[in-house]
Amino acid sequence: MSHISDRIISDPGLELGVANLTTERIEEVVNQALKGETGAKLKAYQETCMRCGLCAQGCHFYVSHDGDPSYSPVSKATESIYELMEKKGRVSPKRIYEMAQIAYTECNLCKRCAHYCPVGIDTGYSMLVMRRICHLLGVVPQYILDTGNSHATTMNQMWVKDDEWIDTLQWQEDEARDEFSNIRIPLDKEGADIYYSVIAPEPKFRTQLIYQAAAIFHEAGVDWTMPSTPGWDNSDMSMYIGDFENMGRLKRSHYESAQKLRVKRIVMGECGHAYRSVYDMGNRWLGYRDMPIPVIHSVEYFWELLTEGKIKIPKKFEHPVTIHDPCNIIRGMGLMDKLRDVTHMICENVVEMTPNREHNYCCSAGGGVINCGPPFRGTRVKGNKAKADQLRNTGVSHVVCPCHNCHGGLEDIIDHYELGMHPKFLGDIIYEIMEKTDAL
Amino acid sequence: MGRISTWDWEIGEKIVVKSLSPLQDHGWQEEPHVSPDGETLAAVVNLAAMEFSVRTNDSVWDVTYERIWYPRFSPDGRMTAIGQQDGESALLVDAEQMGETYEYAWETKFSDDGSTIAIMMKNEGLYGVALNGTPWENLFENANNYVLSSDGKHSSAIVQTVSMGQAEIEVFAKGIHSLAVDGNAFPGKYLNLWTPVFDSEFKRVAAQARVSMLDYTITVDDKPWSTVYGQVWEPIFHPLGEYVAAPVRDKGKWGVASDGAPLWEPRYAQCTQLQFSPKGDRLWAIVAPAYGKFTVACNNIPWSTLSPAVTDIVLNPEGDRAGVIMSNNNRDFKIVVDDKAWEGTWDMVWPVAFAPKGLNVAAVVEKNGKQQVLMNGKPFGREFDRIWEPVFNEDGTKVMIRAIENNSYVRIVANVTS
Ligand code: SF4
Ligand code: SF4
Repeated sequence: MSHISDRIISDPGLELGVANLTTERIEEVVNQALKGETGAKLKAYQETCMRCGLCAQGCHFYVSHDGDPSYSPVSKATESIYELMEKKGRVSPKRIYEMAQIAYTECNLCKRCAHYCPVGIDTGYSMLVMRRICHLLGVVPQYILDTGNSHATTMNQMWVKDDEWIDTLQWQEDEARDEFSNIRIPLDKEGADIYYSVIAPEPKFRTQLIYQAAAIFHEAGVDWTMPSTPGWDNSDMSMYIGDFENMGRLKRSHYESAQKLRVKRIVMGECGHAYRSVYDMGNRWLGYRDMPIPVIHSVEYFWELLTEGKIKIPKKFEHPVTIHDPCNIIRGMGLMDKLRDVTHMICENVVEMTPNREHNYCCSAGGGVINCGPPFRGTRVKGNKAKADQLRNTGVSHVVCPCHNCHGGLEDIIDHYELGMHPKFLGDIIYEIMEKTDAL
Repeated sequence: MGRISTWDWEIGEKIVVKSLSPLQDHGWQEEPHVSPDGETLAAVVNLAAMEFSVRTNDSVWDVTYERIWYPRFSPDGRMTAIGQQDGESALLVDAEQMGETYEYAWETKFSDDGSTIAIMMKNEGLYGVALNGTPWENLFENANNYVLSSDGKHSSAIVQTVSMGQAEIEVFAKGIHSLAVDGNAFPGKYLNLWTPVFDSEFKRVAAQARVSMLDYTITVDDKPWSTVYGQVWEPIFHPLGEYVAAPVRDKGKWGVASDGAPLWEPRYAQCTQLQFSPKGDRLWAIVAPAYGKFTVACNNIPWSTLSPAVTDIVLNPEGDRAGVIMSNNNRDFKIVVDDKAWEGTWDMVWPVAFAPKGLNVAAVVEKNGKQQVLMNGKPFGREFDRIWEPVFNEDGTKVMIRAIENNSYVRIVANVTS
């Protein structure tokens, strides 16, 4: 059995944070957080955990490390948040580094283990509490912290400046006019049926996704808009840092930018964690019991467009595909059936992974782990041999994956384990094969 | 266009634009906008590939650009838009270019009387604000959250004054942002600043400030309050300049602080959109007295009407009445005025408009794709396909309705009591 202390990885954010800590400060912050911000749930988890280890098989890190108990959910909780609770925060700065590395980089907050625990302990929740404490202590990995800084400054996660956002949409609209002469990406259209929101990597790196969405909405005759002002980025690494204050600021900006345009609902692009942020965490931090404006995921919206016949598929995608179930929209929101419906409506040959649906393994990029950057790439890739085995066993060439983080994670796994597969967004496939009645 | 009193307030109805279909030589046409006096309708039109112009009523500007966007009427009735040609942006006002061209320009704003038009601009990679075509003397690595004073003489924005390389978290933590007024940055450096706001004499400016990774406060003329909070929202100046107030979060609850001292003790699950009455004797806000239950509070006394979501608080000119939009999370909208819900629920509603004098209040509501005006809670006139915000005359006895009906743009003036 390994121990976290054997696998410490150098990270400027964690090192800098720990260098500023004293044991007194740790004790003070931990006790304040435990007393002021956590309740019966965390205490019940700690007290009812029987250390039976049944959760271990639920975790891809444990499975991928040949059953090393150090990677089991119970061990991760015991070695971090439970220890802080037991010792009432009396731990060394070095120990906080280890705990931060566990919480930020060896747990995807994917909640799969909760399905395996006979008493329903959700270690993903406990790890998020641990991250919250790390944020309050100022011990956060460099790259995800930088993402949070970007969120706070620009209201998007990739330092996209206000003009760059608009310019990108206009550029994509211009490009798309070569294919559809009168296509629009309507900015600030008051009263539109839907407000389409994306995550910042789309304008930054994956502009073709905006193009494709515009083409799909154009073909379907959708009354849609995007805002020209901040609020357009639905993503939320502040949530995963444990910086809930900034999470609230981001979500407020997101909801209010849509409310201001008097749209009926928000449709979000193919992202998993953003969905968790809008329907579960950000809204609640702001005092809303539900979402103040309906937000639906692209999977649901594509399902609507296809079942209502607004998008027609003359010939299905022929390559055999498998389906990766993103944790936040499947375990978190129950979109497994709609994801399958859509995939079957557009793909000829669908081969299920095993296990699948709510039992599917996380991509290991989720929970902000991919945003912790290059130092931890190996942690998540080696920690997900289970996913590589799942993918390989399907024998297919393409993976349908309606989530940005999952894409990044799967690309790295496919590359590392030399699987020769291609992750695809649903939008990629729909754009490729749909009837384009208006195309030049 | 002239002052509101000079507009045509004769009771009656006129069709300003008979057909909103694209004129003969248009490829297609975008969403229309209407002038404050209701006499002009304008829309961006596409004439050919990469050739855009602006239609005003039944004519088209004689200038074209590769792209025209952000069409907006100024309060004094001038039609503005942003034109792009050969990689440069220009502010267009009534078909003329105002000021120089920019590497990029966006987001026009207007002074209350429309005499100043401001725009965010970028030149050679540096950012600032231009007023009536004249950019700030100093430009910055980045600028956002810009505001224009209501007299149009001053502008403020959050600017980046310290360069930062990729993922330089240490540099960020020392502060890279400053508050700038009229292009001059204050010396103070903050991790983040948001939503600058001027006082009523446009001599002072306040903003939300993040002074450490965990600490938030309000800074006034670059002097942060001595108290820090877990979170803050938009500050506002007392109209008589007595103090600055802002929603603050302390120990998980929201309240209001003035100059760093408690004004409303934290007790709410949320508190936003502070507004003072003109005399400063009333402070209004949207609050959540309990989790998931939102309403309006005046001087810290919440209304009894609660709702899962509340937006768009509007005060009457005296600031002793308020109207607000309540909804079941963007469905089943209601207009609530003075703590009383108007009858009916709607698919969408727009913020209320109070008459400048008297008690009348109007709002536009929508059901099944049709819109109508409600006056004091009762249907006023017929249904239309689209209605802009109703405009009252100076004494509040008449109301102008600007609407689209059967593909025509109509302008109606009616007695409020009719
Ligand atoms: S990665 Fe998922 S399965 Fe593993 S401990 Fe975290 S939440 Fe549980
Ligand atoms: S399965 Fe549940 S009770 Fe058993 S060790 Fe894991 S978390 Fe504890």
